[in-house]
Amino acid sequence: MITTQNLTKRFDQITAVENLTLEIPEGEVFGFLGPNGAGKTTTVRMLTSLISPTSGSATVNGHAIGERDIDIRRSVGLLTETPGWYDNLSAERNLEIYASLYEVEDIKGQVGKYLRFLGLWERRLDVTATFSKGMKQKLAIARALLHEPRTVFLDEPTAALDPEASRLVREFILEIKQQGRTIFICTHNLDEAERLCDRIAVFKTRLLVLDSPANLRRQVFGRKVVFHLLQADQALVEKIIQLPQVTEAKLIDHKIVATIDDPEKHNPEIIRLLVSEGADVQFVGELRRSLEDVYLQLVKNA
Amino acid sequence: MKKIQTIIRKEWSEVFKNRMVLFTVAFLPLLLTAIPLGIIYATSSSAEFAGASSEIPGEINAFCPSDFSGGDCFQVFIVSQFMIMFMIIPLAIPASISSYSIVGEKVNRSLEPLLATPITTTELLIGKSLAAIIPALAATWIGFTIFILGTWIIIANPEIIGYFLDGRWLIAIFVIGPLMALSAVSFSIIISSRVNDPRVAEQVSMIIILPVLAAFFGQMAGIITLNITFMLASVIVLALVDAVLVFFSIRLFQRETIITRWK
Ligand SMILES: Nc1ncnc2c1ncn2[C@@H]1O[C@H](COP(=O)(O)OP(=O)(O)OP(=O)(O)O)[C@@H](O)[C@H]1O
Ligand SMILES: [Mg+2]
Repeated sequence: MITTQNLTKRFDQITAVENLTLEIPEGEVFGFLGPNGAGKTTTVRMLTSLISPTSGSATVNGHAIGERDIDIRRSVGLLTETPGWYDNLSAERNLEIYASLYEVEDIKGQVGKYLRFLGLWERRLDVTATFSKGMKQKLAIARALLHEPRTVFLDEPTAALDPEASRLVREFILEIKQQGRTIFICTHNLDEAERLCDRIAVFKTRLLVLDSPANLRRQVFGRKVVFHLLQADQALVEKIIQLPQVTEAKLIDHKIVATIDDPEKHNPEIIRLLVSEGADVQFVGELRRSLEDVYLQLVKNA
Repeated sequence: MKKIQTIIRKEWSEVFKNRMVLFTVAFLPLLLTAIPLGIIYATSSSAEFAGASSEIPGEINAFCPSDFSGGDCFQVFIVSQFMIMFMIIPLAIPASISSYSIVGEKVNRSLEPLLATPITTTELLIGKSLAAIIPALAATWIGFTIFILGTWIIIANPEIIGYFLDGRWLIAIFVIGPLMALSAVSFSIIISSRVNDPRVAEQVSMIIILPVLAAFFGQMAGIITLNITFMLASVIVLALVDAVLVFFSIRLFQRETIITRWK
Protein backbone atom coordinates (compact mmCIF):
# COMPACT_ATOMS: atom_id res chain seq x y z
CA MET A 1 0.00 0.00 0.00
CA ILE A 2 1.42 3.35 -1.07
CA THR A 3 -0.18 6.76 -0.69
CA THR A 4 1.25 10.12 -1.66
CA GLN A 5 -0.10 13.60 -1.04
CA ASN A 6 1.22 16.46 -3.19
CA LEU A 7 4.65 14.88 -3.20
CA THR A 8 7.15 17.37 -4.65
CA LYS A 9 10.89 17.29 -5.18
CA ARG A 10 13.00 20.18 -6.40
CA PHE A 11 16.73 20.11 -7.12
CA ASP A 12 18.05 23.67 -7.10
CA GLN A 13 16.21 25.08 -10.15
CA ILE A 14 14.78 21.82 -11.51
CA THR A 15 11.42 20.54 -10.34
CA ALA A 16 11.67 16.78 -10.78
CA VAL A 17 8.31 15.80 -9.24
CA GLU A 18 5.40 18.14 -8.65
CA ASN A 19 2.29 17.57 -6.52
CA LEU A 20 2.08 13.85 -7.07
CA THR A 21 -0.98 12.38 -5.37
CA LEU A 22 -1.49 8.64 -5.66
CA GLU A 23 -3.10 5.74 -3.89
CA ILE A 24 -1.86 2.28 -4.71
CA PRO A 25 -3.70 -0.52 -2.92
CA GLU A 26 -2.02 -3.61 -1.47
CA GLY A 27 -1.30 -6.22 -4.12
CA GLU A 28 -1.55 -3.94 -7.14
CA VAL A 29 0.98 -3.96 -9.95
CA PHE A 30 1.40 -0.29 -10.71
CA GLY A 31 3.10 1.00 -13.85
CA PHE A 32 4.86 4.35 -13.65
CA LEU A 33 5.40 5.44 -17.20
CA GLY A 34 7.27 8.50 -18.36
CA PRO A 35 9.99 9.74 -20.71
CA ASN A 36 13.63 10.26 -19.70
CA GLY A 37 13.91 12.84 -16.97
CA ALA A 38 10.22 12.57 -16.07
CA GLY A 39 11.08 12.10 -12.40
CA LYS A 40 10.42 8.36 -12.06
CA THR A 41 13.65 7.49 -10.30
CA THR A 42 13.29 10.56 -8.09
CA THR A 43 9.81 9.39 -7.06
CA VAL A 44 11.06 5.90 -6.27
CA ARG A 45 13.93 7.32 -4.25
CA MET A 46 11.51 9.38 -2.18
CA LEU A 47 9.24 6.39 -1.63
CA THR A 48 12.15 4.21 -0.51
CA SER A 49 13.32 7.03 1.81
CA LEU A 50 16.64 7.47 0.05
CA ILE A 51 15.95 11.16 -0.48
CA SER A 52 13.44 13.41 1.23
CA PRO A 53 10.67 15.32 -0.54
CA THR A 54 10.81 19.11 -0.75
CA SER A 55 7.15 19.16 0.23
CA GLY A 56 4.19 16.86 0.47
CA SER A 57 3.94 13.54 2.24
CA ALA A 58 3.72 9.84 1.56
CA THR A 59 3.23 6.55 3.34
CA VAL A 60 4.58 3.19 2.31
CA ASN A 61 3.19 0.07 3.98
CA GLY A 62 1.66 2.39 6.56
CA HIS A 63 4.95 4.12 7.46
CA ALA A 64 5.32 7.84 6.80
CA ILE A 65 8.40 8.82 4.82
CA GLY A 66 10.74 11.07 6.76
CA GLU A 67 9.47 9.64 10.05
CA ARG A 68 9.79 5.87 9.93
CA ASP A 69 12.52 5.57 7.33
CA ILE A 70 14.16 2.44 8.74
CA ASP A 71 10.75 0.70 8.87
CA ILE A 72 10.14 1.69 5.26
CA ARG A 73 13.47 0.31 4.16
CA ARG A 74 12.80 -2.91 6.04
CA SER A 75 9.45 -3.40 4.35
CA VAL A 76 10.34 -2.53 0.76
CA GLY A 77 12.58 -4.07 -1.86
CA LEU A 78 14.27 -1.89 -4.46
CA LEU A 79 15.64 -2.76 -7.85
CA THR A 80 17.80 0.24 -8.66
CA GLU A 81 18.34 1.56 -12.18
CA THR A 82 21.82 0.00 -12.26
CA PRO A 83 22.23 -3.29 -10.39
CA GLY A 84 25.47 -2.40 -8.52
CA TRP A 85 27.37 -5.52 -7.47
CA TYR A 86 30.65 -6.12 -5.70
CA ASP A 87 32.11 -7.56 -8.85
CA ASN A 88 35.01 -9.46 -7.33
CA LEU A 89 32.76 -11.34 -4.92
CA SER A 90 30.62 -14.34 -5.81
CA ALA A 91 26.91 -14.00 -6.52
CA GLU A 92 26.14 -15.92 -3.36
CA ARG A 93 28.43 -13.80 -1.19
CA ASN A 94 26.93 -10.62 -2.64
CA LEU A 95 23.42 -11.77 -1.77
CA GLU A 96 24.50 -12.94 1.69
CA ILE A 97 25.84 -9.47 2.46
CA TYR A 98 22.53 -7.91 1.52
CA ALA A 99 20.52 -10.58 3.34
CA SER A 100 22.46 -9.78 6.47
CA LEU A 101 21.92 -6.03 6.04
CA TYR A 102 18.20 -6.70 5.49
CA GLU A 103 18.14 -8.55 8.83
CA VAL A 104 17.16 -11.86 7.21
CA GLU A 105 17.21 -14.68 9.78
CA ASP A 106 17.81 -17.64 7.53
CA ILE A 107 20.43 -16.12 5.25
CA LYS A 108 21.59 -19.33 3.54
CA GLY A 109 17.99 -20.45 3.05
CA GLN A 110 16.71 -17.21 1.51
CA VAL A 111 19.76 -16.71 -0.68
CA GLY A 112 19.52 -20.30 -1.92
CA LYS A 113 15.79 -20.00 -2.53
CA TYR A 114 16.11 -16.95 -4.75
CA LEU A 115 19.23 -18.16 -6.55
CA ARG A 116 17.29 -21.28 -7.52
CA PHE A 117 14.13 -19.33 -8.30
CA LEU A 118 16.01 -17.18 -10.80
CA GLY A 119 18.02 -20.05 -12.26
CA LEU A 120 21.36 -18.77 -10.96
CA TRP A 121 22.06 -21.57 -8.49
CA GLU A 122 24.65 -23.26 -10.71
CA ARG A 123 26.55 -20.00 -11.06
CA ARG A 124 26.35 -18.98 -7.41
CA LEU A 125 30.08 -19.35 -6.74
CA ASP A 126 31.15 -17.30 -9.76
CA VAL A 127 32.14 -13.69 -9.21
CA THR A 128 29.51 -11.29 -10.55
CA ALA A 129 32.11 -9.74 -12.89
CA THR A 130 31.60 -12.81 -15.09
CA PHE A 131 27.82 -12.35 -15.20
CA SER A 132 25.93 -11.07 -18.23
CA LYS A 133 23.75 -7.96 -17.90
CA GLY A 134 20.64 -10.10 -17.70
CA MET A 135 22.08 -12.28 -14.98
CA LYS A 136 23.13 -9.28 -12.95
CA GLN A 137 19.65 -7.85 -13.34
CA LYS A 138 18.02 -11.07 -12.20
CA LEU A 139 20.36 -11.22 -9.26
CA ALA A 140 19.34 -7.65 -8.41
CA ILE A 141 15.69 -8.70 -8.44
CA ALA A 142 16.62 -11.50 -6.07
CA ARG A 143 18.27 -8.94 -3.82
CA ALA A 144 15.09 -6.88 -3.78
CA LEU A 145 13.13 -9.90 -2.52
CA LEU A 146 15.51 -11.55 -0.02
CA HIS A 147 13.70 -10.09 2.98
CA GLU A 148 10.26 -10.88 1.53
CA PRO A 149 9.16 -7.22 1.37
CA ARG A 150 5.48 -6.34 1.08
CA THR A 151 6.21 -3.69 -1.53
CA VAL A 152 8.71 -3.95 -4.35
CA PHE A 153 9.98 -1.04 -6.44
CA LEU A 154 11.42 -2.00 -9.81
CA ASP A 155 13.12 0.86 -11.64
CA GLU A 156 13.22 -0.16 -15.30
CA PRO A 157 13.47 -3.88 -14.68
CA THR A 158 14.00 -4.86 -18.32
CA ALA A 159 15.91 -1.87 -19.66
CA ALA A 160 19.11 -3.01 -21.36
CA LEU A 161 18.02 -6.63 -21.47
CA ASP A 162 17.67 -8.68 -24.63
CA PRO A 163 14.18 -9.94 -25.51
CA GLU A 164 14.73 -13.32 -23.94
CA ALA A 165 16.07 -11.98 -20.68
CA SER A 166 13.25 -9.42 -20.64
CA ARG A 167 10.75 -12.20 -21.00
CA LEU A 168 12.30 -14.10 -18.12
CA VAL A 169 12.19 -11.03 -15.92
CA ARG A 170 8.57 -10.33 -16.87
CA GLU A 171 7.54 -13.88 -16.10
CA PHE A 172 9.27 -13.54 -12.80
CA ILE A 173 7.40 -10.33 -12.02
CA LEU A 174 4.13 -12.10 -12.76
CA GLU A 175 5.15 -14.83 -10.35
CA ILE A 176 5.89 -12.46 -7.51
CA LYS A 177 2.61 -10.72 -8.28
CA GLN A 178 0.87 -14.00 -7.40
CA GLN A 179 2.36 -13.70 -3.92
CA GLY A 180 0.21 -10.63 -3.28
CA ARG A 181 2.98 -8.07 -3.12
CA THR A 182 2.47 -4.49 -4.18
CA ILE A 183 4.73 -3.86 -7.17
CA PHE A 184 5.69 -0.42 -8.44
CA ILE A 185 7.33 -0.59 -11.87
CA CYS A 186 9.02 2.32 -13.60
CA THR A 187 9.33 1.74 -17.30
CA HIS A 188 9.53 3.20 -20.78
CA ASN A 189 8.32 -0.06 -22.21
CA LEU A 190 4.65 0.31 -22.92
CA ASP A 191 3.98 -3.22 -24.03
CA GLU A 192 5.50 -4.38 -20.84
CA ALA A 193 3.45 -2.01 -18.72
CA GLU A 194 0.33 -3.17 -20.47
CA ARG A 195 1.12 -6.84 -19.95
CA LEU A 196 2.13 -6.57 -16.31
CA CYS A 197 0.25 -3.71 -14.74
CA ASP A 198 -3.21 -3.38 -13.24
CA ARG A 199 -3.02 0.38 -13.59
CA ILE A 200 -0.71 2.72 -15.41
CA ALA A 201 0.21 6.27 -14.51
CA VAL A 202 1.61 8.41 -17.28
CA PHE A 203 3.88 10.87 -15.64
CA LYS A 204 6.05 13.78 -16.65
CA THR A 205 6.94 15.82 -13.60
CA ARG A 206 3.20 15.83 -12.94
CA LEU A 207 0.68 13.01 -13.10
CA LEU A 208 -0.95 13.12 -16.56
CA VAL A 209 -3.36 10.19 -16.40
CA LEU A 210 -3.94 7.19 -14.26
CA ASP A 211 -6.06 4.27 -15.39
CA SER A 212 -6.15 0.65 -16.45
CA PRO A 213 -4.26 -0.03 -19.70
CA ALA A 214 -7.51 -0.74 -21.61
CA ASN A 215 -9.28 2.39 -20.37
CA LEU A 216 -6.24 4.45 -21.06
CA ARG A 217 -6.29 3.51 -24.70
CA ARG A 218 -10.01 4.12 -25.01
CA GLN A 219 -9.94 7.38 -23.12
CA VAL A 220 -7.50 9.01 -25.46
CA PHE A 221 -8.46 7.63 -28.84
CA GLY A 222 -11.94 6.16 -28.58
CA ARG A 223 -12.09 2.82 -30.32
CA LYS A 224 -11.42 2.22 -33.95
CA VAL A 225 -13.18 -0.33 -36.11
CA VAL A 226 -12.00 -1.41 -39.54
CA PHE A 227 -14.51 -2.48 -42.16
CA HIS A 228 -12.90 -4.42 -44.99
CA LEU A 229 -15.04 -4.03 -48.09
CA LEU A 230 -14.73 -5.54 -51.59
CA GLN A 231 -15.22 -2.04 -52.99
CA ALA A 232 -15.42 1.23 -51.16
CA ASP A 233 -15.57 4.90 -52.06
CA GLN A 234 -15.69 8.28 -50.39
CA ALA A 235 -19.48 8.52 -50.78
CA LEU A 236 -19.86 5.53 -48.50
CA VAL A 237 -17.59 7.15 -45.92
CA GLU A 238 -19.72 10.31 -46.00
CA LYS A 239 -22.80 8.23 -45.27
CA ILE A 240 -21.18 6.59 -42.28
CA ILE A 241 -20.00 9.86 -40.82
CA GLN A 242 -23.62 10.98 -40.74
CA LEU A 243 -24.31 8.45 -38.00
CA PRO A 244 -24.22 10.07 -34.53
CA GLN A 245 -22.25 7.19 -32.96
CA VAL A 246 -19.40 7.64 -35.40
CA THR A 247 -17.01 10.42 -34.52
CA GLU A 248 -14.59 9.95 -37.39
CA ALA A 249 -14.25 7.82 -40.52
CA LYS A 250 -11.56 7.50 -43.17
CA LEU A 251 -11.10 5.58 -46.38
CA ILE A 252 -7.89 3.60 -46.68
CA ASP A 253 -7.74 1.47 -49.83
CA HIS A 254 -10.85 -0.68 -49.61
CA LYS A 255 -11.09 -0.25 -45.89
CA ILE A 256 -13.12 2.18 -43.87
CA VAL A 257 -11.63 3.00 -40.48
CA ALA A 258 -14.21 4.48 -38.12
CA THR A 259 -13.94 5.76 -34.57
CA ILE A 260 -16.93 4.49 -32.66
CA ASP A 261 -17.93 5.09 -29.02
CA ASP A 262 -19.36 1.67 -28.34
CA PRO A 263 -18.60 -0.76 -31.15
CA GLU A 264 -20.36 -3.71 -29.52
CA LYS A 265 -23.61 -1.79 -29.69
CA HIS A 266 -23.21 0.21 -32.88
CA ASN A 267 -21.36 -2.08 -35.28
CA PRO A 268 -24.50 -4.02 -36.33
CA GLU A 269 -26.21 -0.77 -37.35
CA ILE A 270 -23.26 0.32 -39.37
CA ILE A 271 -22.98 -3.04 -41.08
CA ARG A 272 -26.67 -2.90 -41.95
CA LEU A 273 -26.17 0.54 -43.45
CA LEU A 274 -23.18 -0.63 -45.47
CA VAL A 275 -25.09 -3.65 -46.78
CA SER A 276 -28.09 -1.53 -47.67
CA GLU A 277 -25.76 0.77 -49.62
CA GLY A 278 -24.67 -2.27 -51.60
CA ALA A 279 -21.23 -2.78 -50.06
CA ASP A 280 -19.78 -6.28 -49.77
CA VAL A 281 -18.47 -6.57 -46.20
CA GLN A 282 -15.56 -9.01 -46.02
CA PHE A 283 -14.28 -8.56 -42.44
CA VAL A 284 -14.97 -6.34 -39.48
CA GLY A 285 -12.39 -5.94 -36.76
CA GLU A 286 -11.19 -3.63 -34.05
CA LEU A 287 -8.02 -1.67 -34.74
CA ARG A 288 -5.95 -2.00 -31.61
CA ARG A 289 -3.89 1.09 -31.23
CA SER A 290 -0.72 0.41 -29.36
CA LEU A 291 -0.44 1.99 -26.00
CA GLU A 292 2.64 3.67 -27.34
CA ASP A 293 0.48 5.97 -29.44
CA VAL A 294 -1.55 6.88 -26.39
CA TYR A 295 1.52 7.52 -24.41
CA LEU A 296 3.31 9.59 -27.04
CA GLN A 297 0.22 11.71 -27.49
CA LEU A 298 -0.11 12.31 -23.76
CA VAL A 299 3.52 13.17 -23.29
CA LYS A 300 3.54 15.42 -26.35
CA ASN A 301 0.59 17.38 -25.02
CA ALA A 302 2.03 17.69 -21.51
CA MET B 1 26.32 -4.01 15.63
CA LYS B 2 25.73 -6.96 13.35
CA LYS B 3 25.45 -4.67 10.34
CA ILE B 4 28.75 -3.02 11.21
CA GLN B 5 30.35 -6.46 11.31
CA THR B 6 28.79 -7.34 7.97
CA ILE B 7 30.24 -4.17 6.45
CA ILE B 8 33.70 -4.80 7.91
CA ARG B 9 33.79 -8.36 6.64
CA LYS B 10 32.52 -7.27 3.25
CA GLU B 11 35.17 -4.56 2.98
CA TRP B 12 37.92 -6.97 3.86
CA SER B 13 36.84 -9.69 1.49
CA GLU B 14 36.66 -7.10 -1.26
CA VAL B 15 39.46 -4.68 -0.69
CA PHE B 16 42.18 -7.24 0.05
CA LYS B 17 41.62 -8.69 -3.40
CA ASN B 18 43.10 -5.45 -4.70
CA ARG B 19 46.84 -5.58 -5.36
CA MET B 20 47.45 -1.91 -4.61
CA VAL B 21 45.78 -2.16 -1.22
CA LEU B 22 47.51 -5.42 -0.45
CA PHE B 23 50.84 -3.85 -1.26
CA THR B 24 50.24 -0.95 1.12
CA VAL B 25 48.91 -3.18 3.90
CA ALA B 26 51.55 -5.91 3.67
CA PHE B 27 54.73 -4.45 2.18
CA LEU B 28 54.83 -1.00 3.68
CA PRO B 29 54.98 -2.26 7.31
CA LEU B 30 57.42 -4.98 6.26
CA LEU B 31 59.69 -2.43 4.61
CA LEU B 32 59.48 0.11 7.42
CA THR B 33 60.25 -2.56 10.00
CA ALA B 34 63.01 -4.26 8.07
CA ILE B 35 65.00 -1.12 7.19
CA PRO B 36 65.67 0.13 10.75
CA LEU B 37 66.37 -3.43 11.86
CA GLY B 38 68.85 -3.76 9.00
CA ILE B 39 70.55 -0.53 10.04
CA ILE B 40 70.82 -1.65 13.63
CA TYR B 41 72.24 -4.95 12.49
CA ALA B 42 74.77 -3.30 10.18
CA THR B 43 75.93 -0.69 12.68
CA SER B 44 76.14 -3.02 15.66
CA SER B 45 78.24 -5.58 13.81
CA SER B 46 80.71 -3.09 12.40
CA ALA B 47 83.52 -2.13 14.79
CA GLU B 48 84.05 1.34 13.33
CA PHE B 49 81.05 2.68 15.16
CA ALA B 50 81.97 1.17 18.49
CA GLY B 51 83.81 4.03 20.13
CA ALA B 52 83.86 6.62 17.40
CA SER B 53 82.14 9.29 19.42
CA SER B 54 84.45 12.03 18.09
CA GLU B 55 83.22 11.46 14.53
CA ILE B 56 79.56 11.71 15.44
CA PRO B 57 78.20 15.21 14.83
CA GLY B 58 77.24 17.27 17.83
CA GLU B 59 73.50 17.34 17.06
CA ILE B 60 73.38 13.61 17.21
CA ASN B 61 75.29 13.40 20.45
CA ALA B 62 73.00 15.99 21.92
CA PHE B 63 70.14 13.73 20.96
CA CYS B 64 71.09 10.97 23.43
CA PRO B 65 71.47 10.65 27.16
CA SER B 66 75.05 11.65 28.02
CA ASP B 67 76.09 8.19 29.13
CA PHE B 68 75.49 6.67 25.67
CA SER B 69 78.56 5.87 23.62
CA GLY B 70 78.88 7.51 20.22
CA GLY B 71 77.96 4.28 18.45
CA ASP B 72 74.92 3.68 20.63
CA CYS B 73 73.88 7.22 20.08
CA PHE B 74 74.19 6.94 16.32
CA GLN B 75 72.04 3.84 16.38
CA VAL B 76 69.44 5.53 18.52
CA PHE B 77 69.39 8.51 16.19
CA ILE B 78 69.04 6.53 12.97
CA VAL B 79 66.38 4.33 14.44
CA SER B 80 64.46 7.31 15.79
CA GLN B 81 64.49 8.73 12.29
CA PHE B 82 63.00 5.55 10.94
CA MET B 83 60.54 5.37 13.76
CA ILE B 84 59.11 8.61 12.46
CA MET B 85 58.82 7.02 9.05
CA PHE B 86 57.11 4.13 10.79
CA MET B 87 54.22 6.47 11.56
CA ILE B 88 53.42 6.47 7.84
CA ILE B 89 51.83 3.06 8.41
CA PRO B 90 48.78 4.22 10.41
CA LEU B 91 48.22 6.94 7.79
CA ALA B 92 48.86 5.14 4.52
CA ILE B 93 46.94 1.94 5.22
CA PRO B 94 43.61 3.56 6.16
CA ALA B 95 43.92 6.06 3.31
CA SER B 96 44.47 3.25 0.85
CA ILE B 97 41.74 0.94 2.17
CA SER B 98 39.07 3.59 2.52
CA SER B 99 39.80 5.12 -0.89
CA TYR B 100 39.20 1.77 -2.52
CA SER B 101 36.28 0.91 -0.29
CA ILE B 102 34.39 4.13 -0.95
CA VAL B 103 35.30 5.01 -4.52
CA GLY B 104 34.97 1.28 -5.25
CA GLU B 105 31.29 1.53 -4.27
CA LYS B 106 30.92 4.46 -6.64
CA VAL B 107 32.54 2.58 -9.50
CA ASN B 108 30.35 -0.45 -8.84
CA ARG B 109 27.30 1.79 -8.41
CA SER B 110 26.52 -0.17 -5.29
CA LEU B 111 25.92 2.80 -2.97
CA GLU B 112 22.24 3.10 -3.83
CA PRO B 113 21.28 -0.53 -3.18
CA LEU B 114 23.46 -0.42 -0.08
CA LEU B 115 21.74 2.71 1.24
CA ALA B 116 18.34 1.20 0.44
CA THR B 117 18.89 -1.44 3.14
CA PRO B 118 17.88 -0.72 6.75
CA ILE B 119 21.47 0.24 7.66
CA THR B 120 21.98 3.72 9.14
CA THR B 121 24.63 5.96 7.60
CA THR B 122 26.35 6.02 11.00
CA GLU B 123 26.64 2.23 11.00
CA LEU B 124 27.93 2.31 7.46
CA LEU B 125 30.47 5.01 8.24
CA ILE B 126 31.65 3.21 11.39
CA GLY B 127 31.89 -0.08 9.50
CA LYS B 128 33.91 1.44 6.69
CA SER B 129 36.16 3.35 9.07
CA LEU B 130 36.86 0.34 11.27
CA ALA B 131 37.54 -1.78 8.20
CA ALA B 132 40.34 0.66 7.39
CA ILE B 133 41.57 1.45 10.91
CA ILE B 134 41.79 -2.10 12.30
CA PRO B 135 44.30 -3.41 9.72
CA ALA B 136 46.30 -0.18 10.07
CA LEU B 137 46.63 -0.50 13.82
CA ALA B 138 47.26 -4.23 13.61
CA ALA B 139 50.10 -3.59 11.13
CA THR B 140 51.49 -0.74 13.23
CA TRP B 141 51.47 -2.72 16.45
CA ILE B 142 52.70 -5.97 14.94
CA GLY B 143 55.45 -4.06 13.10
CA PHE B 144 56.45 -2.29 16.31
CA THR B 145 56.52 -5.57 18.26
CA ILE B 146 58.68 -7.20 15.60
CA PHE B 147 60.96 -4.21 15.67
CA ILE B 148 61.40 -4.34 19.46
CA LEU B 149 61.98 -8.10 19.40
CA GLY B 150 64.43 -7.77 16.53
CA THR B 151 66.37 -5.00 18.27
CA TRP B 152 66.45 -7.12 21.40
CA ILE B 153 67.96 -10.00 19.51
CA ILE B 154 70.49 -7.88 17.61
CA ILE B 155 71.86 -5.52 20.23
CA ALA B 156 70.74 -6.96 23.54
CA ASN B 157 71.43 -3.59 25.19
CA PRO B 158 68.62 -2.91 27.66
CA GLU B 159 69.47 0.80 27.71
CA ILE B 160 68.85 1.22 23.98
CA ILE B 161 65.75 -0.98 24.12
CA GLY B 162 64.53 1.06 27.07
CA TYR B 163 65.01 4.15 24.94
CA PHE B 164 62.70 2.77 22.25
CA LEU B 165 60.13 1.72 24.76
CA ASP B 166 59.99 4.99 26.62
CA GLY B 167 56.88 7.14 26.95
CA ARG B 168 57.37 8.99 23.67
CA TRP B 169 57.19 5.94 21.51
CA LEU B 170 54.39 4.40 23.48
CA ILE B 171 52.43 7.63 22.95
CA ALA B 172 53.35 7.55 19.27
CA ILE B 173 52.29 3.96 18.73
CA PHE B 174 49.24 3.74 20.97
CA VAL B 175 47.82 7.28 20.91
CA ILE B 176 49.14 9.10 17.87
CA GLY B 177 48.80 5.98 15.69
CA PRO B 178 45.03 5.56 16.24
CA LEU B 179 44.47 9.33 15.95
CA MET B 180 46.38 9.33 12.68
CA ALA B 181 44.40 6.37 11.37
CA LEU B 182 41.15 8.18 12.13
CA SER B 183 42.32 11.35 10.42
CA ALA B 184 43.45 9.38 7.35
CA VAL B 185 40.07 7.63 7.06
CA SER B 186 38.06 10.83 7.45
CA PHE B 187 40.30 12.65 5.02
CA SER B 188 40.00 9.98 2.38
CA ILE B 189 36.20 9.85 2.82
CA ILE B 190 36.13 13.57 2.06
CA ILE B 191 38.38 13.08 -0.97
CA SER B 192 36.46 10.00 -2.11
CA SER B 193 33.19 11.89 -2.22
CA ARG B 194 34.64 14.08 -5.00
CA VAL B 195 36.63 11.59 -7.03
CA ASN B 196 35.66 8.74 -9.32
CA ASP B 197 38.87 6.81 -9.63
CA PRO B 198 40.06 4.88 -6.58
CA ARG B 199 43.71 5.34 -7.59
CA VAL B 200 43.27 9.10 -7.73
CA ALA B 201 41.49 9.05 -4.37
CA GLU B 202 44.33 7.02 -2.90
CA GLN B 203 47.03 9.30 -4.29
CA VAL B 204 45.31 12.48 -3.17
CA SER B 205 44.60 11.01 0.27
CA MET B 206 48.28 10.28 0.65
CA ILE B 207 48.86 14.02 1.11
CA ILE B 208 48.06 13.19 4.71
CA ILE B 209 51.49 11.63 5.20
CA LEU B 210 53.26 14.97 4.48
CA PRO B 211 53.36 16.07 8.15
CA VAL B 212 55.21 12.84 8.98
CA LEU B 213 57.78 13.56 6.28
CA ALA B 214 58.08 17.10 7.64
CA ALA B 215 58.79 15.69 11.10
CA PHE B 216 61.35 13.31 9.58
CA PHE B 217 63.31 16.07 7.90
CA GLY B 218 62.69 18.46 10.78
CA GLN B 219 64.40 16.14 13.19
CA MET B 220 67.18 15.34 10.73
CA ALA B 221 67.87 19.06 10.34
CA GLY B 222 67.75 19.51 14.08
CA ILE B 223 64.78 21.89 13.87
CA ILE B 224 62.54 19.75 16.03
CA THR B 225 63.30 17.26 18.74
CA LEU B 226 60.89 14.47 19.41
CA ASN B 227 60.66 15.00 23.13
CA ILE B 228 57.65 14.34 25.29
CA THR B 229 56.38 17.93 24.85
CA PHE B 230 56.45 17.56 21.08
CA MET B 231 54.58 14.26 21.37
CA LEU B 232 51.87 15.66 23.65
CA ALA B 233 51.49 18.71 21.42
CA SER B 234 51.09 16.36 18.44
CA VAL B 235 48.36 14.49 20.29
CA ILE B 236 46.43 17.70 20.92
CA VAL B 237 46.82 18.98 17.36
CA LEU B 238 45.84 15.61 15.92
CA ALA B 239 42.78 15.38 18.15
CA LEU B 240 41.65 18.78 16.88
CA VAL B 241 42.36 17.87 13.25
CA ASP B 242 40.41 14.64 13.78
CA ALA B 243 37.45 16.50 15.20
CA VAL B 244 37.32 18.76 12.14
CA LEU B 245 37.82 15.95 9.61
CA VAL B 246 35.28 13.66 11.29
CA PHE B 247 32.77 16.51 11.39
CA PHE B 248 33.09 17.11 7.65
CA SER B 249 33.13 13.44 6.74
CA ILE B 250 29.91 12.86 8.70
CA ARG B 251 28.33 15.86 6.99
CA LEU B 252 29.21 14.42 3.59
CA PHE B 253 28.12 10.95 4.56
CA GLN B 254 24.37 11.58 4.57
CA ARG B 255 22.09 9.34 2.57
CA GLU B 256 20.63 12.11 0.43
CA THR B 257 24.01 13.74 -0.15
CA ILE B 258 25.54 10.46 -1.25
CA ILE B 259 22.67 9.70 -3.63
CA THR B 260 22.30 13.13 -5.16
CA ARG B 261 25.63 14.94 -4.82
CA TRP B 262 28.40 12.37 -4.92
CA LYS B 263 29.44 12.33 -8.53
N1 LIG C 1 20.86 14.66 -7.99
C1 LIG C 1 20.23 15.46 -8.82
N2 LIG C 1 20.59 16.75 -8.90
C2 LIG C 1 19.96 17.59 -9.75
N3 LIG C 1 18.96 17.22 -10.57
C3 LIG C 1 18.57 15.95 -10.55
C4 LIG C 1 19.17 14.99 -9.68
N4 LIG C 1 18.56 13.79 -9.87
C5 LIG C 1 17.63 13.99 -10.82
N5 LIG C 1 17.63 15.28 -11.23
C6 LIG C 1 16.75 15.86 -12.26
O1 LIG C 1 15.42 15.51 -11.96
C7 LIG C 1 14.72 15.18 -13.14
C8 LIG C 1 14.14 13.78 -13.01
O2 LIG C 1 15.17 12.82 -13.00
P1 LIG C 1 14.88 11.28 -12.80
O3 LIG C 1 16.18 10.59 -12.74
O4 LIG C 1 13.97 11.11 -11.64
O5 LIG C 1 14.11 10.91 -14.12
P2 LIG C 1 13.65 9.50 -14.67
O6 LIG C 1 12.22 9.61 -14.96
O7 LIG C 1 14.07 8.42 -13.76
O8 LIG C 1 14.45 9.40 -16.03
P3 LIG C 1 15.09 8.15 -16.79
O9 LIG C 1 14.00 7.54 -17.58
O10 LIG C 1 16.11 8.76 -17.66
O11 LIG C 1 15.66 7.24 -15.75
C9 LIG C 1 15.72 15.33 -14.28
O12 LIG C 1 15.52 16.60 -14.87
C10 LIG C 1 17.05 15.27 -13.62
O13 LIG C 1 17.99 16.01 -14.32
MG1 LIG D 1 15.22 6.79 -13.94
